[in-house]
Amino acid sequence: MTIGFHKARKIKAIIAFALVCIMSSQFAMAQEASSAGTTIPTDEASIGNGKSLFSANCKTCHAIDKKLVGPALQGVYDRTPSVEWILGFVKNSQKVIQSGDAYANDLYAEYNQTQMTAFADFSDEEVLSILAYIKQETDNPTTAAVAATATEGGATEAGGDSVSSSYVSAILIALLVVLALILVVLVMIISVLTKHLNNKEEDLSEAEKEVTKQSFTMEGVLRAKPFIFAVAFVFTALAFKAVISQVYSVGIQIGYAPEQPIKFSHKLHAGEMEIDCNYCHTGVMKSKNANIPSANICLNCHSQIKTESAQIKLIYDAVDNNKPIEWVRVHNLPDLAYFNHSQHHNVAGIECQTCHGEVQEMEVVEQHSLLTMGWCIECHRKTDVNVKGNAYYDDLVKMHDEAGKGKMKVEDIGGLECSKCHY
Amino acid sequence: MKNNKKTYWKGIEELRNDPDVVKNAEREFPESITESGNGSSRRDFLKMMGFSIAAASLAACEAPIRNAIPYVNKPEDIDPGIPNYYASTYFNGGDVVSVVVKTREGRPIKVEGNEMSTITNGGITGQVEASVLSLYDNSRLRGPKIDQKSSSWEEVDKLVGQKLKSVNGKGKTIAIVSNTVASPSTNAAIAALKETYSTVEHIAYDQQSASGLLQANKESFGTASIPSYDFSKADVIVSFSADFLGGWVSPAEHSGQYSKTRDLTTKKTMSRHYQFEANMSLTGANADYRVAVKPSQEGLAVAKLYNLIASKAGGSKVSTGDVEINHLQKAADELWKAKGKSLVVSGSNDKAVQVLVNGINDMLSNYGATIDLSTPSYTRKGDDASMKQFVSNLSKGSVGAVVFFNANPVYDHPMGAAIASGLAKAELSVATNMVEDETASVCQVLAPDNHYLEAWNDAEIRKGSFSVAQPTIAPLFQTRQAPSSFLAWAGKDSDYFSFLKNNWNQWFSAENTLGSFQVFWDTVLHNGVYETKSTASAVAVDSTTVDSIAAPSASFAGNTSAAGASIAKNYKADNSGVELAIYQNVGIGNGSQANNPLLQELPDPITKATWDNYLTVAIADAQGLKMFEGETKLAELTVNGTTIEVPVLIQPGQAKGTVGLAIGYGRTNAGKVANGVGVNAYPFITEVNGTQSFNVTSGVAYKITDKPFKIAQTQTHETHMERDNVLRETTLADFVNDPAAGNERPEIATWLDEEDHKVAPGALSLWHGHDYNNHHWGLAIDLNTCNGCSACIVSCNVENNIPMVGKEEVLNRREMHWLRIDRYYSSDADVDDRVGLEQAAENPDVTFQPMMCQHCNNAPCETVCPVAATMHSTEGLNQMAYNRCIGTRYCANNCPYKVRRFNWFKYHDNEQFSDANPQMNTDLGKMVLNPDVTVRSRGVMEKCSFCVQRIQAGKLQAKLDRRKVKDGEVNVACASSCPTGGLIFGDMNDPESKVSQLLKVKVREGSKSSDKVTDNPRSFHVLEEVGVKPNVTYLTKVRNVDQKTEA
Repeated sequence: MTIGFHKARKIKAIIAFALVCIMSSQFAMAQEASSAGTTIPTDEASIGNGKSLFSANCKTCHAIDKKLVGPALQGVYDRTPSVEWILGFVKNSQKVIQSGDAYANDLYAEYNQTQMTAFADFSDEEVLSILAYIKQETDNPTTAAVAATATEGGATEAGGDSVSSSYVSAILIALLVVLALILVVLVMIISVLTKHLNNKEEDLSEAEKEVTKQSFTMEGVLRAKPFIFAVAFVFTALAFKAVISQVYSVGIQIGYAPEQPIKFSHKLHAGEMEIDCNYCHTGVMKSKNANIPSANICLNCHSQIKTESAQIKLIYDAVDNNKPIEWVRVHNLPDLAYFNHSQHHNVAGIECQTCHGEVQEMEVVEQHSLLTMGWCIECHRKTDVNVKGNAYYDDLVKMHDEAGKGKMKVEDIGGLECSKCHY
Repeated sequence: MKNNKKTYWKGIEELRNDPDVVKNAEREFPESITESGNGSSRRDFLKMMGFSIAAASLAACEAPIRNAIPYVNKPEDIDPGIPNYYASTYFNGGDVVSVVVKTREGRPIKVEGNEMSTITNGGITGQVEASVLSLYDNSRLRGPKIDQKSSSWEEVDKLVGQKLKSVNGKGKTIAIVSNTVASPSTNAAIAALKETYSTVEHIAYDQQSASGLLQANKESFGTASIPSYDFSKADVIVSFSADFLGGWVSPAEHSGQYSKTRDLTTKKTMSRHYQFEANMSLTGANADYRVAVKPSQEGLAVAKLYNLIASKAGGSKVSTGDVEINHLQKAADELWKAKGKSLVVSGSNDKAVQVLVNGINDMLSNYGATIDLSTPSYTRKGDDASMKQFVSNLSKGSVGAVVFFNANPVYDHPMGAAIASGLAKAELSVATNMVEDETASVCQVLAPDNHYLEAWNDAEIRKGSFSVAQPTIAPLFQTRQAPSSFLAWAGKDSDYFSFLKNNWNQWFSAENTLGSFQVFWDTVLHNGVYETKSTASAVAVDSTTVDSIAAPSASFAGNTSAAGASIAKNYKADNSGVELAIYQNVGIGNGSQANNPLLQELPDPITKATWDNYLTVAIADAQGLKMFEGETKLAELTVNGTTIEVPVLIQPGQAKGTVGLAIGYGRTNAGKVANGVGVNAYPFITEVNGTQSFNVTSGVAYKITDKPFKIAQTQTHETHMERDNVLRETTLADFVNDPAAGNERPEIATWLDEEDHKVAPGALSLWHGHDYNNHHWGLAIDLNTCNGCSACIVSCNVENNIPMVGKEEVLNRREMHWLRIDRYYSSDADVDDRVGLEQAAENPDVTFQPMMCQHCNNAPCETVCPVAATMHSTEGLNQMAYNRCIGTRYCANNCPYKVRRFNWFKYHDNEQFSDANPQMNTDLGKMVLNPDVTVRSRGVMEKCSFCVQRIQAGKLQAKLDRRKVKDGEVNVACASSCPTGGLIFGDMNDPESKVSQLLKVKVREGSKSSDKVTDNPRSFHVLEEVGVKPNVTYLTKVRNVDQKTEA
């Protein structure tokens, strides 16, 4: 099974890499086209700087892709009169409005005369770097990372963001159409040639006649080497697919990011809003379960904030009808394995991200770690026991130090034993 | 056994040295296991397996979507993954026990004793442990019914209200029939009904009636109540067929008291216990002197003891016929010597016998010492006479309406048939029973009550000692608490909870020192128990006609000469006919919980039989029948003209000329588990002195037929290897001289230059031992305080999701219990004296030995597993990884203790086991499973894990609190349920732990920390010479007998 799995990964990675190369070159071309004639920088440093400035100053009122208190900033540099106008508006919006600028006044009216805070202290470069970040986000939205299977390994290393699945299917369809056309043309050529030869039958030798009057029998087809080869290939492919699927059903599915009933964004809540994981996942310090938050926890904030959103409505529906939200489990451990969040987070002091990845940057949560027994064991072999300030470990530490075997790892205190996780 | 000159045997077949036993003795597994017992052959299995692999690979093409469904509104006090504990009270008729209920995600999954109760002190019985599964009984009614059709509570209230009004108007009786109601608030609710309808009469009866005792007490002390007994203060205990450890009045309470007198860890004295009885009871098995007495002689025996004591006390004697009873004189002498520190009890329901017993206790000045009249027990208040009156009124047609309040007299009352037919004459019949049982199925209206785990309630278990019940889960079905129904029918607010709270406010606000009533109430709910401080009981509510409330007078006023005359009339010393002694066994009890497979499969402590009742017959009376491993014959039993067929079980210790039959079986409408199991013994109950008599002394005959029958006994199933050193025992006198008496530690020959070239078996080993740096878990089992009650087995089953396998599979020796209690018979007759042994076998000594995985430090199972599925932990546990196990069963072969269990079938989600194992086969039943323990699948080995899930949880809690594990914080399920404290679990690396202190544990010199020796002179390991070094240590059994016992 493992061999099959590695093969599958490799092949997938190769395909994904190839596709990503094609796609990213397309993106690159598009970017160059649109950035012509502006002064918005495109270098990494500016984008990074812009990102931190955006997070610190803008994100309470603005988002890239949706309306909050202020408008969505996606493509703001294209729809406003000019980049200079943006610089002026950010530094002192009221000044621009009072100057009688039509675009600014329309905007002011549209947002119920909500004043934008003046950022007079920003330098032009700073505002431009924010724009650079917005541009980066507009062109390469993080939400495109949904394509589950293509995000791993080679794909991400190739530098481009992941490939939208519609592109893949478009290319496949195009290829099929081309192949079908070639087939039609070939059939047409053959039939024209046969007709032509049949018309001049008397000129042909016996051997040539045999070729033109060839008849297709079922038996012939079945015995044909190419047919056997094709069937064998299809069978092998299906068997291969079955093995891969089985591996999936075991739970080895890094990058598994199923669609959830509510499009909840950890990136927004944990990342941009910096809400502590514990706030919603209440069990993580004390229970085996971290807990999927109950709907009433959502309503702690969303009874006030963004009450009109269609997605938030789904939460209201759940509460009103007393029908719980059926989230799709992303991290599936088999029943035979006992895992306790409080042991790992509270006692051992392991960060959520160590196993779950950078959740605060995930628009849709995906599985980050293998979650196999090998993966658990690996970590238990490498990790030092967090003994600081915990009297429970006092004797163990003393005895371990006496034995003088270096730092005390989890495996040294029985962390690899069966009954620590299986009972 | 050579080392202590005693012979032990597991069953009569072994004692007789049957050729079959001899043949099988060398074999570890019996031949009799058949493969095609269940309709499918190995070939079918292979076919199915081939198919299922194909099917599985097809099904696997899509990765399954698993949902995570959170609460909509998370209750503040529930955190998924963290158990909650609620103090509550177990109710089953008159059986009331204070408990603590463990819930997970809002589901009750385990019941344990409440240690704050001053009555039971955390003690519990197997029936209470098992009751959590009864909550999820699939046969429970889903809602109210009228005339067998589903209905609503509004309609029920309307109909019942109308009819009650009309019946009341006509002046006809409205009878409320129940078992003992120990709840003052429920009694108040019935009183409220009485207020509305003046013709309401509350009639209470008990399945195992104590009516005679109540009447005797009424005559003796002016109050029909049962005083509270304190066995812990008694140096000499004499019991006439009172099974006070198994079922008489309050076994959970008495077990704890009794064990204190048997505990030798801190003292060198022990109580002496005489038992005079016909059937071998659990209490009799624990007695120092057990004498088989025919029921027809019981009254005479009591009278003789009365006269013996009277002659010492100078009182007047009673004149009855004489009878020759062994040890009676001796008992009388010792009782008199221990005046004021002795106790005489009788299980008889004959008032005359009980008056004499009261007289004996009075002459011995036991009142105010071992018997407390001022705090009577309120758990037995049933009155046979008023029940009899009710039945005759019902037949006459003068009863207009009957409400059966959780009572099932059609099944469990001797006049059940008359009640069933008489009901037609009543205008209205209502049953609040949870199940459409024998009684409910002949009633018009079914108004099902909540299970006790879904209900609010209170109980006055003993005068001034209260216990409250709170719901631990919302009602699963459309049921309503019976007192709520009573209040509704009385035209009052049906909210029983506020009614209850108001009552408490009224009763106790005067003595509340905690602040507001709410604070007081919350404290009471938290503790689950409350002891009133005032001497006069604040709660004077009893709705039955029995007067049990008034304060008893302190002086004995019983008419002993009248009692003597009655005894002279009713008992005979020379009854030649067969006598039937009806009894209640430890598991099924009175049969009200018969639909609980945990109890059906719980082996009877004495007979080790499951899933049946049977006629226990003395060896001498077996009419040439030879029983071999459960294979027996059916007998035709005729009692007063009624003949039934019932299997025979040959029982050592059964009084000659008597047979025994247990009540609680033969249910017809209890549900899938119990229906058709055994025969119903209730109709055979007769009458003496106006009260029920469980002894039938005339009109009994039985004939053993040729029809074969198999009783599913676990008795001889892989109990131990044919070696010595399984049990060690001694007498008290020897123990006082030498605490190590009877505990000769084995030595093995060696090449080493030791004395005689012999060393202790543990001193030599091929293995290097283990380093247990942190914990070293160990269990100590005191064979002297263990009385075999089997609460631990049920507790283990519930905690560890152990499947019940049903009678067929028990017969195939495939029961799955991780913990068993081995019961050994023994006698002092010489090992080679077969005749002497045979005679001794008529009334042998009994020893109980709980046996589970011994968690050997040199575990033989670990070395033979080809896939390392079982291996050792750094904490002394022998671990079992189910998913690694491939089912070779080498480990079971290599286990000297035969404690490993193999999953021959998939017991969950399997139609074949849906009847015997509902807790893994119905959606409802599955709610009881412990979510922290894997449900094992087919083909893997399993065994006691030392409740590793509890160990892990206890350690984690310590880590979360940044401290060390406290002793007692981690406890295994068996030890936590033990009412006697006979099982002690703890960390042997912690010198302060109870188990270390008890066993005096220290590391063997020059060895690793795993290799510990125990310095307690009573301690021993089973099969020590094998050298497997178990982590379970036993303490010797000590009998308080004089040097030479007469048989």
